[in-house]
Amino acid sequence: MITRRLPPWFVNALLVPLASVLCGFVVAGLVVAATGSDPIAAFSSLFQGAFTNQDAFAETLVSTTPYLFLGLGIALGFRAGLFNIGAEGQYYVGGLAGVFLAYSIHGVPGLIEIPLALAAGMLGGFVWSGIAGALKARFGAHEVITTIMLNYVAFLLANYLIDGGLMLAPHVSTPRTPEIDANAQLPIIIAGTRLHFGLILALVAVPLVWFLLQRTTLGFRLRSVGFNPTAARANGMSVGQTLVLSMGISGALAGLAGIVDILGVSHHMTDTVGAGYGFDAIAVALLARSNPWGVLPAALLFGALRNGASFMQLDTQVSSDLISVVQATVIIFVAAPVLVRWIFRLRRQQVAEVQITQREETAAV
Amino acid sequence: MDLVVEWGQVHALLGENGAGKSTLMNVVYGLVRRDAGEILFNGQPAEIHGPQDAIRLGIGMVHQHFMLIPRLSVVENIILGREIANAAGVIELDRASRSVRELSERHGLAVEPRARVQDLTVGLQQRVEIVKALYRGAQVLILDEPTAALTPQETDGLFEIVHSLTREGNAVIFITHKLGEVMAVADRITVMRRGKVVASTKPADTKPAELAQMMVGRPVLLRVVRGPSHPGEAVLKVEDLVVQDDRRHLAVDGVSLEVRTGEIVGVAGVEGNGQNELVESILGLRSARGGRVILNGRIITHRSTRRRLQSGLGNVPADRHRMGLVLEFPIADNLVLSDYDQAPFANGLVRRLRAIRSYALRLMKAFDIRAQAPEQPVGSLSGGNQQKVILARELATQPKVLIASQPTRGLDVGSIEFVHNRLVSQRDSGLAVLLVSSELDEVLSLADRVAVLYRGRIVAVLEGDAIDRERIGLLMAGAA
Repeated sequence: MITRRLPPWFVNALLVPLASVLCGFVVAGLVVAATGSDPIAAFSSLFQGAFTNQDAFAETLVSTTPYLFLGLGIALGFRAGLFNIGAEGQYYVGGLAGVFLAYSIHGVPGLIEIPLALAAGMLGGFVWSGIAGALKARFGAHEVITTIMLNYVAFLLANYLIDGGLMLAPHVSTPRTPEIDANAQLPIIIAGTRLHFGLILALVAVPLVWFLLQRTTLGFRLRSVGFNPTAARANGMSVGQTLVLSMGISGALAGLAGIVDILGVSHHMTDTVGAGYGFDAIAVALLARSNPWGVLPAALLFGALRNGASFMQLDTQVSSDLISVVQATVIIFVAAPVLVRWIFRLRRQQVAEVQITQREETAAV
Repeated sequence: MDLVVEWGQVHALLGENGAGKSTLMNVVYGLVRRDAGEILFNGQPAEIHGPQDAIRLGIGMVHQHFMLIPRLSVVENIILGREIANAAGVIELDRASRSVRELSERHGLAVEPRARVQDLTVGLQQRVEIVKALYRGAQVLILDEPTAALTPQETDGLFEIVHSLTREGNAVIFITHKLGEVMAVADRITVMRRGKVVASTKPADTKPAELAQMMVGRPVLLRVVRGPSHPGEAVLKVEDLVVQDDRRHLAVDGVSLEVRTGEIVGVAGVEGNGQNELVESILGLRSARGGRVILNGRIITHRSTRRRLQSGLGNVPADRHRMGLVLEFPIADNLVLSDYDQAPFANGLVRRLRAIRSYALRLMKAFDIRAQAPEQPVGSLSGGNQQKVILARELATQPKVLIASQPTRGLDVGSIEFVHNRLVSQRDSGLAVLLVSSELDEVLSLADRVAVLYRGRIVAVLEGDAIDRERIGLLMAGAA
C-alpha cells in the first residue's frame, strides 16, 4: 500500500498516531450523526472555536500549556515503566505548595518570587508522586493503585486547606486561596489575551526532558529500568532509587503544570482548579508514544479540543462532552496499534518482528 | 524440504538452534501454518489447522517447556480437556486414574496418578507429558529437545521408554542438537541446516564428527583444546553459604567453594538444585541467610551488586534476555550497561556518546560481534552475537572472577566454540572462572575442577582423573 517503503519508525511514531486521531474523529462523527446533528458542522465549529475565532488560538495555547507539562511528566514515567495515573493529584499538590508560597510572600521581585513558587510547585508534585514511587520500591505496591488513591487524598487535602480555612481567602463568595501579588504573576506574552509566559516554559521543558532521558546518566538508568528492571539490577543499578526518582520527576512536572496555571491564569487556587487535565494528559502521553517531542503535537491537539468544545456547543448545540468521545476513541486506537494497522493496511514494524522471533527462538531452546 | 517418518521407528531430527527443527514440528502439530507443501499421513493428505487436528490424527507433542499445571495432580493434568465425567458432570477421577496407571505401566512409565505435578522431578514431569500424549491416542510422538533438563540416568530411562513405544509400532520424532543421543537412540537421522534437509542417514552409516560437519556446514572440533591449568591463589571464596529461594525454601544449604586464579571450576547439577540462588547470592542479587562470600580477600557478603561488580566480579547470566541485556537498547548501550556513569562514558551527569560509540566499535571488532552498527538494537542480533555482547562487556573490564551460567545455552556450534575458547584463553591469562552449567558435556570439557550440586549442597568436588561422567551423573541424581 502507500506505506510499503516507509521506514518503520515513521509508521509507528507518526502514521499510527495520526491514524488513531482520524479514527477518533470518525467515530465521534458517527456519534454526532446518530444523535441527529450534522458532524461536519460540529467539527467545523470545533475548529473555529479552537483556532480561527478571535483569540481562539491564544486560548488553545493556554490549555495546551498544562497538557505539555503533564504529558511530559507522564511520558517520562512510561519510559521508566511507571504508569502515573496520579498526575491530577500531583497537579493539585504542586498548585497548593506553589500558591501558598506565592501569596505568602510580599515585596519580593517577580524574578525571585516566580522561580521560588515554581520550585515549590515542583517540590510538591515530586513529594506527592515520590510517595507512590517509594511505596513501589519498598513494598512493591503497584503505582496505578497508589497514585489513584493519592489523587483522592490530594483532592481532599485541597478541599480541607481551602474550604477548611487554613488557606482560605477572607471575604470571598466561593472558597479560594488569597490572590497572589501582581509581580508574582507570569507575564502575558500576547497583549489582550490570557496567553502567558508559561507556554514558553513548557516549550523549553520539551527538549530538557528529551535531554534528560536520552543524554544523561540518570535518563539511561531510568530507561534501563523501564525496559528491563532485572537486567538493570543485575548490572548494578539501584532499581528502587531509580523508581523513586523517576516517579518524583514525573510528579514534579505535574506539579509545575499546577503552579504555572495559577501563576499564569487564575492567580489563586480553588478546590476544583484542575478539572481533569491530569487524566487527559495520560492520553496525551500515550498519543505521543512517550516521546517528549511527540508530546508537543499531542498537547496541542488536546488543548484545541478542550478549547473548541465550548464554542461547538454554543454554535451547534452538540454537547461539548463529544470531545470525551474523541479523546476516548483516540486512546483506544492508540492502545491498539494492531487494529489501526489493520484498518489502514499498514505494514508491521520490522524491528518488533525481529525481536518477537528472537524471543520465540530462545523460548524453544 | 522433505521428511518421511515410518511407523515403528525413532526418527531423529538433528540440527542447530534456528535450523528449523522446532518450526517444522510446530507445523506438523498445527501450531504454525505452513506456507507451501503438504503433509501426508498414512499416504493421505492431512489438513492440520491446529493441535486439535493433529491430536485427532494421533500426533502428540511433548514440548521442551512442559505444558502442565503444577498445582494439579498427575491424573488431572492428563485428562485436562478430555475429562471423563458421569451423567451429572462430575469428573470420575478414580476411573481416570485407573486408565492412566494402565497406560503408564504398559510403557514402563512409573508415575503415580494422584501425585501433584509440582512435587515431581523434571524427569517425571516429562513422563507425565508422554502419558498425556498417549492418553489422547498419540501414535506419532514428537519430543522437542527432551533431554535438555535430564540427568544422564534419566536420559537413559527416556531412551528405554522411546524404544518400548516404537516396539509397539508407534513412531517417535526426536528433536535434538546432541550428537551422542542421536547415535544412541535413532533408527533414522535427518540433519537440518538453515531450514533445509541436508542429509538423511542411519547411525550405522555415519559418525558423530560427520554429523557435526553436516549440521554446521564445516568441520568442527568436538573437543575444546586446553592445556593444564596453573591455578594461583583463591580469589573467590564461598563459605557455608545459606540462601533461600523466592518461596523461602532453603535453596543453597551450606555451600563452601573456592575458585583460584587461572582455573575453571565447574558446578554440575540438574537445573533447580540451587544454582541460580548460589550465583545470585554471590552477585548480591539475593541476600545470604548465612555464610560469607569473599572476593580478593575482602568479605563482600553485604555489599551491593554495583560494588561487587566494581571490585572485579563479572557475570554472564543464564538467562541473557532477562538478566543480561536490554534488548531494546543499541549494542553500544548494552556494552556499557554497568559502567554507564563511569569515565570515559560519562562526564558527570551527561553521557559521552562519542566515547561510548568508539568503545563499542572496538569491542565489536575484538569479540567478532556481527552487526551493522553499534546503534543496532541488541534484540535484533542472533543469540550468538548477543552472548558475545555480554562476554565483551564482562571481560573488557578485566574482572578477577567471572561467573558464567549456562554460557552457551541456545547458541549455534560456531558461537559455542567461540565462547569456550574465550573462557579457556581468559583462564590461561589468570582469570578465575566459575562455570555453572546443566550441560554435563560442557562442564566436562571446560572445567579443571567439578563441584556437583544436589539439593543445595555440594556433594562432591572432583579433580583430575576423578572427573568421571558416570560418577558425576550419579552424584547429580543424588545417588552417591
